[in-house]
Amino acid sequence: MAGILIYSEKSKLALELLTAARLIAKDNGLDVKVLCINSDEQAEEMVARGAETYHIKGQIIELADTAAVASALQEAVGKLDTSIVLLSSNRRGKELAGRLAQKLDAGCLSDVTSLQVKGGKVQCSRNALGGATISVQQIETDRQVIALAPRSFEPASPQDGGSLKEMAILVGASNIKVLESRSKAGDVVDIEAAEILVVVGQGMEQADMLLAESIARSLGGEIACSKPIATDKKWLPEDRIVGLSGKKCKPQLAIILGVSGQVQFNVGIRDANTIVAINNDENAYILQMADYAMVADLKVILPELSKTLG
Amino acid sequence: MNIIVAMKQVPDLQQVRIRNREPVIEGVPYTLGIIDKNALEAGIQLKEATGSNLIVVSAGNEEVEETIKEALAAGADEAYLVLDDKLDGMESSLTASLLAATIKKIEEVGLVIFGEGSGDNYSGQVGSRVAEILDLPQVGYVSKIELDGTTAKITRSLEDCEELLEVQLPMVVTVLGDINEPRIPSVSQILKAGRKPKEILELDDLDIEIPKDKKISTLSNLAPETDRKRVAVKSVSDLITALQAEGFVGR
Ligand SMILES: Cc1cc2nc3c(=O)[nH]c(=O)nc-3n(C[C@H](O)[C@H](O)[C@H](O)COP(=O)(O)OP(=O)(O)OC[C@H]3O[C@@H](n4cnc5c(N)ncnc54)[C@H](O)[C@@H]3O)c2cc1C
Ligand SMILES: Nc1ncnc2c1ncn2[C@@H]1O[C@H](COP(=O)(O)O)[C@@H](O)[C@H]1O
Repeated sequence: MAGILIYSEKSKLALELLTAARLIAKDNGLDVKVLCINSDEQAEEMVARGAETYHIKGQIIELADTAAVASALQEAVGKLDTSIVLLSSNRRGKELAGRLAQKLDAGCLSDVTSLQVKGGKVQCSRNALGGATISVQQIETDRQVIALAPRSFEPASPQDGGSLKEMAILVGASNIKVLESRSKAGDVVDIEAAEILVVVGQGMEQADMLLAESIARSLGGEIACSKPIATDKKWLPEDRIVGLSGKKCKPQLAIILGVSGQVQFNVGIRDANTIVAINNDENAYILQMADYAMVADLKVILPELSKTLG
Repeated sequence: MNIIVAMKQVPDLQQVRIRNREPVIEGVPYTLGIIDKNALEAGIQLKEATGSNLIVVSAGNEEVEETIKEALAAGADEAYLVLDDKLDGMESSLTASLLAATIKKIEEVGLVIFGEGSGDNYSGQVGSRVAEILDLPQVGYVSKIELDGTTAKITRSLEDCEELLEVQLPMVVTVLGDINEPRIPSVSQILKAGRKPKEILELDDLDIEIPKDKKISTLSNLAPETDRKRVAVKSVSDLITALQAEGFVGR
């Protein structure tokens, strides 16, 4: 094993990868190398974090073309003699991970939330069975592709010793043409940072959203939701989704209103310190994972709760 | 043109119970992955719009033959199934080589549709691996597909942006769970589904070598420990009292 290569198109996530790579390197004595593609800003930032940075600069590599990015990474792996590749498990990174792993004939794990090095092997934890369980897995092939869930590691802090080299690779013609790229309206609220969350599910009526918001405000918290509230009903932006495909939150208090508690949801909130759940179905699973469980109709309870807290 | 949809049979997660932190899978009925049903629906809509033939492919244990009926009932025209009880719990790299070898047997493939993640594993690897084996362009996390002769216009939805892309066919896509609302087949469609053509393949029928060594090993798979108070709260005032006692109200 010769080294660890990290790559993410998002600088913030690349910094998290750097922390994770150093953790593995400390135990395995591997070199950590960083690849940047056409981003001076990211390259400089990585150098400032003390990283041995390689920059593919000025060559046209379409980030939307996963096959092209995977080829570039494959070449970098060869040139830099690295065996472990760390990617971010955001959407781009996950898509890339499978393609790169296939090119490298590597084992691959995605959505990895924590790492441990034991006996030279990197043991990875990830959610399994929709989030019902956490499985610890390790890759047995020499070449490994590991995609790390965003925010599972702290970003690396500044340090000396960084270096920067440009790297050139072979670029083929792309089969993918980008006609348009629109940014999504970002949400100003980061539900992962919130100490108190009021989480709404499909047991809510839209008219009562104002009450939920008022309860959140009274407690100094933020509103979050189950997936269908954002993707089907579109009452809230997708940034507010808690769960397997949303965010993993660890608030001090979560008040969960009208959510059934399916595994893919629970995985995003089970680390909350205190959970309050209100549901009109006494058999709803969410009530079993609550510290305070209330069987009640939200239409009746919300006005009263909002008024009392008011 | 043939449109291919890859669907995985998974244990119905709503029915998986946890005992002593271990998941109990035995006896849990199989179902098709939830997002794979969105992949199928996307295929059905494109088939209807373009007059293509829709083929569902799946690899798994012998039960797949029964489970896949739902896809045939909903609108797939035929199924290519790789069946072997040894395939239970197989890893993504093997799944991908089986599916790719199966797809190679099909002519005039225009589009191969995957779910963004399988129901149980949700690792989002198989589609990308198959695209690489077949040497096809790919777009993941798709929220819209339009076919126009030999090209496709695809919308990829990322965390912070949406890309509108033009890609030459054939290609691979993986779709998001919110791309559509899957239709539910009627009873008469389910009854007729048994008569639709099924190509059953065994491992020997496929032109691949099954590696002896696993690429991934699982060291443990346990439900996280939870320790909740589970106090039944009867009224709003009881709830407020509890929140006060925890220090969340009146701070
Ligand atoms: C791969 C995958 C990833 C997923 N990722 C996520 C994810 O990240 N986040 C997520 O949330 N989901 C996710 N899901 C979807 C998840 O499986 C559930 O479908 C979803 O969480 C259900 O949302 P819900 O609880 O709001 O709705 P429902 O399941 O419809 O529950 C509504 C609840 O409200 C209660 N209710 C109804 N009326 C009232 C009333 N008047 N008063 C009180 N209670 C009432 C009902 O009893 C019920 O329990 C994912 C699914 C898959 C397959
Ligand atoms: N055994 C299988 N048979 C058919 N399709 C599969 C199988 N496993 C995975 N897939 C497809 O690959 C997608 C991604 O799976 P995964 O990489 O496990 O998240 C799924 O949504 C399916 O479309």
